[in-house]
Amino acid sequence: MFEINTLLVGLLLVNFVLLGASRLDTGVRQVAAQGALLSLLTLAEHAGWGAPWRVWLLALGSGVVKAVVFPHFLRRALREADVRREIAPYVGFTASVLVGVAALAASLWLASRLPLPGPVASPLLVPVSLFTVLVGMFLLVSRRKALTQVVGYLVVENGVFCFGLALPEDAPLPVEVGILLDIFAAVFIMGIMIYQISREFDDIDTDRLTSLRDEAT
Amino acid sequence: MGAFLAGLGLIVSGGLASVLVGRRWRSRAAVAGIVAGSLCGLVAAGRALAGGTTPAMHVSWPVPYGSFSLAIDPLSALFLVALFVLAPLAAIYGGRYLEEEHDGRSIGGVWFFTSLLIAGIAVVLAARNGVLFLVAWEVMSVAAYFLVTFEHHRDEVREAGWTYLVATHLGTAFLLAMFLLMGRATGSLEFDAMRPGAVPPALAGLLFCLAVVGFGTKAGLVPFHVWLPEAHPAAPSHVSALMSGVMIKTGIYGLVRVLLLLPSPPAWWGWLLVGLGIVSGVGGVLFALAQHDLKRLLAYHSVENIGIITLGLGVGLLGVHAGMPLVALAGFAGALLHVLNHALFKGLLFLGAGAVAHAAGTRDLDHLGGLGKRMPWTAATFLIGSAAISGLPPLNGFVSEFLIYTGAFAAALTGRGAVLAAAAAAGAALALIGGLAVACFTKAFGAVFLGEARSRRAASAGEVAVAMRMPMAALAVACAAIGFGAPWVLASIAPVLGLLATAFGLPAPGPQIETLRAALTRVSLASLALLAAVAVAVLARRLLLRGRTVGTAPTWGCGYAAPTARMQYTASSFAQPLVDLFRPVLGTAASGTLPSGPFPARASFASATPDPADRRLYRPLFAGAAALFGRLRWVQQGRIQLYLLYLVATLLILLLWKVR
Amino acid sequence: MSWAPFVRYVLAVALAPLLGGVIGKTKAFFAGREGAPLLQGYFDLAKLLRKGTVYSTTTSWVFRAGPVVTVGAVAVALALVPMGGAPAPLAFPGDFLLLAYLLALARFVTIIAALDTGSAFEGMGASREAQFSALAEPGLVLCFLALARNAGDLSLSASLGALSFAAWRSHAAVLALVAAALFIVFLAENSRVPVDDPTTHLELTMIHEVMVLDHAGPDLALIEAASWLKMWVLGALVVGVVVPVRTGAAVIDGGVFVVAMLLLGVAVGVVESAMARLRLLRVPQLLVASGVLAALATALISG
Repeated sequence: MFEINTLLVGLLLVNFVLLGASRLDTGVRQVAAQGALLSLLTLAEHAGWGAPWRVWLLALGSGVVKAVVFPHFLRRALREADVRREIAPYVGFTASVLVGVAALAASLWLASRLPLPGPVASPLLVPVSLFTVLVGMFLLVSRRKALTQVVGYLVVENGVFCFGLALPEDAPLPVEVGILLDIFAAVFIMGIMIYQISREFDDIDTDRLTSLRDEAT
Repeated sequence: MGAFLAGLGLIVSGGLASVLVGRRWRSRAAVAGIVAGSLCGLVAAGRALAGGTTPAMHVSWPVPYGSFSLAIDPLSALFLVALFVLAPLAAIYGGRYLEEEHDGRSIGGVWFFTSLLIAGIAVVLAARNGVLFLVAWEVMSVAAYFLVTFEHHRDEVREAGWTYLVATHLGTAFLLAMFLLMGRATGSLEFDAMRPGAVPPALAGLLFCLAVVGFGTKAGLVPFHVWLPEAHPAAPSHVSALMSGVMIKTGIYGLVRVLLLLPSPPAWWGWLLVGLGIVSGVGGVLFALAQHDLKRLLAYHSVENIGIITLGLGVGLLGVHAGMPLVALAGFAGALLHVLNHALFKGLLFLGAGAVAHAAGTRDLDHLGGLGKRMPWTAATFLIGSAAISGLPPLNGFVSEFLIYTGAFAAALTGRGAVLAAAAAAGAALALIGGLAVACFTKAFGAVFLGEARSRRAASAGEVAVAMRMPMAALAVACAAIGFGAPWVLASIAPVLGLLATAFGLPAPGPQIETLRAALTRVSLASLALLAAVAVAVLARRLLLRGRTVGTAPTWGCGYAAPTARMQYTASSFAQPLVDLFRPVLGTAASGTLPSGPFPARASFASATPDPADRRLYRPLFAGAAALFGRLRWVQQGRIQLYLLYLVATLLILLLWKVR
Repeated sequence: MSWAPFVRYVLAVALAPLLGGVIGKTKAFFAGREGAPLLQGYFDLAKLLRKGTVYSTTTSWVFRAGPVVTVGAVAVALALVPMGGAPAPLAFPGDFLLLAYLLALARFVTIIAALDTGSAFEGMGASREAQFSALAEPGLVLCFLALARNAGDLSLSASLGALSFAAWRSHAAVLALVAAALFIVFLAENSRVPVDDPTTHLELTMIHEVMVLDHAGPDLALIEAASWLKMWVLGALVVGVVVPVRTGAAVIDGGVFVVAMLLLGVAVGVVESAMARLRLLRVPQLLVASGVLAALATALISG
């Protein structure tokens, strides 16, 4: 259950599923799975069951927020905004998966070049976290629905969190920043974007925001 | 230091509480916090002013190069006194003022940002670390932005807020550059660890220029003042009082503080400050003369007074450079005392302007009049403020201007060439400023409080509530007290002068302060004599008129049978000769239709004085920038994914560049 | 402590109204008239002091405060002026600034008292007074600076005390510049021709006199007294520069001083008879010219 490499490979696969998912609720489910995996990973990083209470707290906290609370909110948003359940991509699903492969290669290369402050629990940890960040960014850029934006954002955040795990224990700042980003995502992105967009435009398609652009005079 | 921190805590928690508690308690929570916190702060500042530096505080802070380094030396303490005297009075006034002015909008936010503004200013004044200073500076500036845009439903208020925001951030950009360069040269952003010796002279010159632009923008020096006449009138009056009375002084404080951190000043720094001071002083009062809006007029007078303060600092620097301690100390003493004095009388005047706007529903001078009889308290205190800001004895404005004059003239007594020219120009400019200020404030006071009402609202105005009158009365009393007690006031700021003398390598300032004190003692004596002479005259008149007829009649209309209030000289007519004389500078444009024919039907007249710095300098500049950046418009597609793509691309490029 | 300064102060207060009589007589002489008696100033004051008064219904306490504060300020200003070689009762470095600003205070209250009546005419006068005095201020201050620089001391008593006929011989040009500038300020501040005409009969063209139209009785007496005192204050400065008699004997110095003051009155009368009033638009040029003269003097005097 606490085998780091297994968990990391799981994370990696989830990313690919996200890239290829065509339905909104699949995306939500995958993000939830990613959150759960990350919380397990936190424990695995720190000697499994014997981890200190601080780590337990962090793992449980992030697990609950990411695997239960956020998905719940996202599903509710999906229900209330009452939108079509398909992800509308700018980049097709097959192409997305191919981009994912390229991103994975880039991450592996980057990780080999990246200077790290100390030894890492697994050689896969850094590449996978970078890959997760890249996938999240790609989702942000290539998907049209506001909800997918939130999903992409959460994936980026998961990547950052994962990357934070690679750093030595006495570096609380990245972890703090991760948690702060969580709160930001929960409160701002969800609340403001989805509800406002669907209220203003009867839709959560971010294309509608184009009309807010300042026209040339 | 404990009292100071406790004060900060009280102020901020009062502000937070006012957002959280119920509607009826909002003002009270914030006012209580500000008053209690200011008292704590006054204790800390007073202690520092009396007994030298209180122990500094250093707490580490994870922000790079930052630390919570706070200390109160006499220089900080002087500015803190101005802050903590004005803040509670403005808050008490505001508590009542907002109750009636906010027409339904929530006032919790105003109080939150007011508290934040006060706390921000306090931290700016006590910060001893560049990063902390800049962070507090931003907190202060942004809090002020939200206060300026309180009435954001009005177009001109949003415009003013926008101008302010752009100006303040441009200024901050200069400060950021200055601190970065300074940190690089001295190896630290801790003020205590900065060694002036480590800064090469050429860099010191550059740093000084950056400081003048950055701090000058906040202080409102011409030509960086454009935001000031827009922003100050837009804010609620008690906030205008705080902004004009204290916030812009942080610019002066910053300038002095940076001067202490730089190597010994060359002569051209003094000339630059004297020049800027003269331009700001004369320019400020001239533009004030041309205004019709009471608060805008007061805002331009802030530019004028900042000019006077800068002039004093410049004279001080000239004295430092020329090795004339009396000149240096008189200049610095005058400038620093004027900081305190201006906080008092400008605070008083803005509160008075708020009371007028509140009672009469307009700030347009040409629609007011006759309020003196209906608002005797406001009128009396406003009159004291007007006389004080015009530099008239026996009030406080005269004392600080007297010191600056003394510095300039002591330099002119023995100086030659450029020193003489600068000193004489400073003296002549101060005299002109004084004369024009008398013209401007007789206009303002006359148009608002004297004669007959020029509009129906003004005719039915009534005196404001006690909670609004008391702060004004307290400030008026303070103005008079500093005027009469000038020698003691000078003695109490002696530690600040000692600090400056040490920093600038002057001998201990004891004898010079004694010289100035002796002169100020005579001034106080003359003030008492004036009081006595007036009392004698009053008594004599009363005795003479006893038992005689004292009649009343309409004002002598020179034979005209049906005078009306509209025939009175208006503020615009009063100022017209001077405005006309200085038209080349002011660029006042008049429009309207003149009466014609034996039975003129309809005539109108309007004049406006847009700020030339705004019109001729900034608008073309920003228009040029807009045209330049307009070419990049294709980047803006309005698609959120595209913006995110820009972000991602930038991040990737940076990452690749780093691991390459 | 010598009593001389105080004796002079009292004498100045007593003699001030005489100055008006001298001016009037001079003008009458040039016009070929008999003219009002020399003591007319005293008669006017005595008449006004015996009367009751009338206040406009528009006015407030500001209007009543005007005359008393004006006279108080000018009375204190007189105590700052050295007369006839003796130092002033109140002398200290920078005293001339207090003098200039006390006169500004007097002006300030006179202006607001005028505005308190709500009359267009008084507003007009107040506006002009504010304009002209603002422009006269730099000249006055620079005159003081030139004198202080000459003496190397920032007090008025020392500045004037350092002057002598010897000084006039060595740098006559500079002192003449100062005297000319001071004389212009003297005329402008005291509302004399060519800046203002105190005897005109048209309210529209007056400056100072129109500002006090609504004052009556003892109030007007106070204003008149303040005007005489103010003329004496500024006149004493002009005389102090032009006639620096320093014999050391208080009676001779004082006597010469009084005679010189009366001659100044004659000079004013001559100017008023020989010149017309300037157009209002030209007055600022005259005042700026006085400032330029004073600035020149400041630059030329070696410190």
